[in-house]
Amino acid sequence: MDIVLQQLVNGLTLGSVYGLIAIGYTMVYGIIGMINFAHGDVYMVSAYITAIAIALLTFFGIESFPIIIIGTLFLTVAVTGAYGWVIERIAYRPLRNSSRLSVLISAIGMSLILQNYVQLSQGANQQGVPTLLTGAIRFTVGDGFVQITYMKLLILFISLLGMGVLTYVIQKTKLGRMCRATQQDRKMASILGIDTDKVISTVFVIGAMMAALAGVLITLDYGAFDFYVGFIIGIKAFTAAVLGGIGSLPGAMLGGLILGLSEALFAGLISSDYKDVFSFSLLVLILIVRPSGLLGKPEVEKV
Amino acid sequence: MSNVIVRKTLISLAIAGAATLAQADVVIGVAGPHTGAYAAFGEQLWKGAEQAAADINANGGINGEMIELVKADDACEPKQAVSVANRLVDSDGALAVVGHFCSSSSIPASRIYEEAGVLMVTPASTSPTLTDQGLSNVYRVCGRDDQQGDVAASYIVDTLGAKRVAIIHDKDTYGKGLADATKATLNAYGVKEVMYEGLTRGEKDFNALITKIRSVDADVVYFGGLHSEAGPLVRQLREQGSKAIFMSGDGIVSDEFVSVAGSPEYVDGVLMTFGADPTSYPAGKTVVQGFRDKGFEPEGYVLYSYTAMQVVAAALSANDLDPVKGAEWLQTNSVDTAMGKKTFDDKGDLTVSDYVMYEWDAKGKYTQVN
Repeated sequence: MDIVLQQLVNGLTLGSVYGLIAIGYTMVYGIIGMINFAHGDVYMVSAYITAIAIALLTFFGIESFPIIIIGTLFLTVAVTGAYGWVIERIAYRPLRNSSRLSVLISAIGMSLILQNYVQLSQGANQQGVPTLLTGAIRFTVGDGFVQITYMKLLILFISLLGMGVLTYVIQKTKLGRMCRATQQDRKMASILGIDTDKVISTVFVIGAMMAALAGVLITLDYGAFDFYVGFIIGIKAFTAAVLGGIGSLPGAMLGGLILGLSEALFAGLISSDYKDVFSFSLLVLILIVRPSGLLGKPEVEKV
Repeated sequence: MSNVIVRKTLISLAIAGAATLAQADVVIGVAGPHTGAYAAFGEQLWKGAEQAAADINANGGINGEMIELVKADDACEPKQAVSVANRLVDSDGALAVVGHFCSSSSIPASRIYEEAGVLMVTPASTSPTLTDQGLSNVYRVCGRDDQQGDVAASYIVDTLGAKRVAIIHDKDTYGKGLADATKATLNAYGVKEVMYEGLTRGEKDFNALITKIRSVDADVVYFGGLHSEAGPLVRQLREQGSKAIFMSGDGIVSDEFVSVAGSPEYVDGVLMTFGADPTSYPAGKTVVQGFRDKGFEPEGYVLYSYTAMQVVAAALSANDLDPVKGAEWLQTNSVDTAMGKKTFDDKGDLTVSDYVMYEWDAKGKYTQVN
């Protein structure tokens, strides 16, 4: 019993991080119908910025954990957001009216550029950040115990907060209304006076910021990263976005949670060798039953 | 028209350049992961080979010819290993190769070297398959995973007296091979592992796996793989409150293991099989001192790489720079190296393996367990 509960905790934290990154895929797809393959690498860049931010803050003599974490979050989210803006500007905007395939290739190119740029500028070695937050809460369950580290609690709290704020922004604010309008019909929205280019830029920045939240949290928790770390997690987050219904914001969060939980439960209770096989089989199954994902809307052919 | 002439001249110049290069020097490739997640090991191989070549050149080179090293980066990717092996053979004109590092790279590359008649001495690839292929040109100056697995398993049974062993591997040639070797010996001792599972190279979250390790109540966790996965694994193991002893092989022998684990406290008590301390060989003392004088600590595979270069140089020197005859010569002759006298068997393995147990401490250093 304690083991199952512990696996649920593991899966929830992993899944909430997948969800955060999946948001970037799903929002970009929703608004311009392309898959931003460079998104995993934006996450990777944020891991490096996290390490640099921590080093900077400690260099200036700041030692209290709350200030370091808030400062790191702020710096990383801001800088990674800027990366998102620049990437959209140079790799996607010039191709705005070309076919979807050109944009896709441009995205793959951007992904390679980011990887190689980080490899050349930061070195190819594994990097590590020291542990900042230790300790855990333990609950006794039967003979065993279920434990959740403070770091994992922080991950859950910040990702839920991030998702909550984002949902509020999209549902309730003027910016969110503009995003939704652009998503529904870009041409009509621009006729009605919405600067759609600006909205698309904003969506890229928001996606990168969410990836940066995940980047800070994971880097602080696992401590290790290299220039290639965005690849696997990017694929997983993309899977989560498709699972939940690509284009749907709650779908990305739900997809992330389902993927994280299924991985943890399968690896923990059956076999870790085949956990990815299981996750992707689950994806295939869901897509057979619901081709547009769990919460996705079926694409309507416009006549 | 003029363009064609220029191009032709350039090509003939390049050919002439390559030819003079091959005539003037003995080209030896140093193949390993010089970039990528395992670049720390490529660095170790390069430092050792570079120093050995410099020392040999300072003493007149190989029969008067200077050694020229060529760096070949395989990034521990089998596909890339094949293409750099072809490059070393075809365009660089290498007579011999020190490398590769990862067994999964060494095995496909070794066949290319055999076809081309190039001598290959690996300082680090420990997979039994490498020399079991029956290739005449392949030698190694490190042990084999079955020997390493023996040492690990007997330590687990005899010294630790552990009954509940969880075996984890990274599904790669080296990692799974080592885990299987250890498992085989453990089973021969009558200890059945309580868990045997693989993880995915490149992932960082192993919490689900670790909860499972906790649930089977393992005393010892044996990991076959490299430091980039071993670091997060041992850290998350400790974070989940497990006190199981963590043991691994020579894939974690790098300072990076400590930084990847997050802090030295996590690697405290980690056990690792690796060749006996090279500084214990009298012949190696001056070499080690040479490295330290330059402000560089020859950790991990540095001295192995140095030794591999010495073996290559001895074989080429005794056979008038003929790598095929050199490979034959190594069958019957032993070589005095920085790590003592090395003698090879028919397969190209060392006749004596020197695996011993090391323990990492809370300062992030490893020392031999007596």
